[in-house]
Amino acid sequence: MKKASKETIAGLAFASPWIIGFCVFLAYPLLQALYLSLTDYNTLNAPVWVGFDNYIDLFKDELFHKSLVNTFSFAAFSLPLSMIFGISLALLLNNQVKGLSLYRAIFYVPSLVPMISLAMLWLWLFNGDYGIINIALKGIGISNPPLWLSDANWSKPALVVMSLWGVGNAMVIYLAGLQNVPVSLYESAELDGAGPFRKIWLVTLPLLSPVIQFNLIMGIIGSLQVFALPYVMFPGGAPDRATYFFAMYLWDSAFVNQRMGYASAMGWVMFLMIFALTMVSIKLSDKGVHYS
Amino acid sequence: MAKPQSLSTRQMLQTAGIHAVLILLSVAFVFPLLWMLSTAIKPLDETMVNPPQWIPSEFQWGNFQEAFNYNSDTLGYSPFLQYGLNTIALTLLIVAGTVISNALVGYSFACLKWPGREVAFGLTLATMMVPFPVLMVPLFDLFQRFGWVGTFRPLWVPAFFGSAFSIYLLRQFFRSIPNELSEAARIDGCSEWRIFWQIIAPLSKPALAVVALFSFNGAWNDFIGPLLYLQDQKSFTLALGLQAYQSQAGGTPWNLLMAASLIVLGPVLILFFFAQRLFIQGIAVTGIKG
Repeated sequence: MKKASKETIAGLAFASPWIIGFCVFLAYPLLQALYLSLTDYNTLNAPVWVGFDNYIDLFKDELFHKSLVNTFSFAAFSLPLSMIFGISLALLLNNQVKGLSLYRAIFYVPSLVPMISLAMLWLWLFNGDYGIINIALKGIGISNPPLWLSDANWSKPALVVMSLWGVGNAMVIYLAGLQNVPVSLYESAELDGAGPFRKIWLVTLPLLSPVIQFNLIMGIIGSLQVFALPYVMFPGGAPDRATYFFAMYLWDSAFVNQRMGYASAMGWVMFLMIFALTMVSIKLSDKGVHYS
Repeated sequence: MAKPQSLSTRQMLQTAGIHAVLILLSVAFVFPLLWMLSTAIKPLDETMVNPPQWIPSEFQWGNFQEAFNYNSDTLGYSPFLQYGLNTIALTLLIVAGTVISNALVGYSFACLKWPGREVAFGLTLATMMVPFPVLMVPLFDLFQRFGWVGTFRPLWVPAFFGSAFSIYLLRQFFRSIPNELSEAARIDGCSEWRIFWQIIAPLSKPALAVVALFSFNGAWNDFIGPLLYLQDQKSFTLALGLQAYQSQAGGTPWNLLMAASLIVLGPVLILFFFAQRLFIQGIAVTGIKG
């Protein structure tokens, strides 16, 4: 009894930084945001209770709809494509190739590039007149290449290309997952007459499914809050708000328009969406996920 | 006789094919970085020639110095030097806070039994679903009341109070350490602090290094935090300063912009080349144990 209570005291003492951090920097602001979302608040005057008005306004706000559509359509392309590309790279590297660590480093390094350098680099690469990408496209006979950054139809695809360049982090996770697949399973599949693609489909992907699930959930959580890169590259989501994402509208509502209550309502909508999507992907993939 | 022969030819062809694809992809992955370097060291007029000039007519290493010092006459200080020093100071504080606090909390979750521990750990994992934007407004208000807005404190103080991802990583690692040693020490009357400090922490250096690396990258890259809390240009971090530079300069001096971007990228790359193994293993672990 005495030992147990001593251990309890020690346990709480060691955990105390996080207990305080959780209360002050997470639970309090989260609940405060919920309260503010039910008020009108501009930081100068005290919050004024308005009930669910902010949520009702959000429901009717066309700019909010646009930012949601942008966010989800970007995620709908970048998530599956990064997943397919990342798994394919990992499968290629998993063939006992010579120079594995060199290739892996080459594919990984771009994902390390700080966001701000990444933004500057791709602003330059995608530059309509002098960007190397369009010079190359003209070189191979495409006389009218897209003006990536100033064409509303091409700015989202440009962001997708950039996200594929940064696939290295996920690739390393997939590769580690692949290296955990026992060789004996491949051998028995081979004995059963499975070709390379059937082996991938029947052995590799099921065994990789926990890793795929992890990357999917992290991807969903990350892509709903995309902010810094489009904020720097496309101020105001220009052109034509094609790259105006959820978190950018939230930022503008709070710190440009001083509508803190409205921004807090957006924040809670974002949180609930992430929560729901995470739960759905856990539930759905638990049926398909194979835990060894 | 013929069959193994043909199999090995097939295998050779297959290997050659894989290498061909990998080399092609490697070129595509490296190309933007090389172009960044090429742009950073050439004279401005050579950035805008067609066909593009890979090797500059003269290597203008002075571009880096010029990027460092742009506008220093009117500002009275060298902006990128100032941003760099700010970023280094902040990053060191954040890394120290992250490693210390999460090691303590991870030890509690992994090695000490207390009522409600499992529920608390589940709640900790669930906090990874809370997006930063929902916390932004109340946190800004809170730090405003503390009088901290415009200082570095909102950026580094929270690092000393734990974060879910690092707690999770360290807990997994601590749990994999056999507990015979700590049990024996406990029977000898050793305090929990000494068990943590003299047994667990020394055995966990690789895991602590991984947490340090991740938090270094996070702090070095952070944009939204400095954007939210820093107001005076002199207190900007590299990420914020580079953005300010780009929007002021209208994005025209591409050679200087690329030089400045390389200044931001440099430390991250250097760290990667020295700690490659830790990086790769650390990332691998995050996904596998998840």
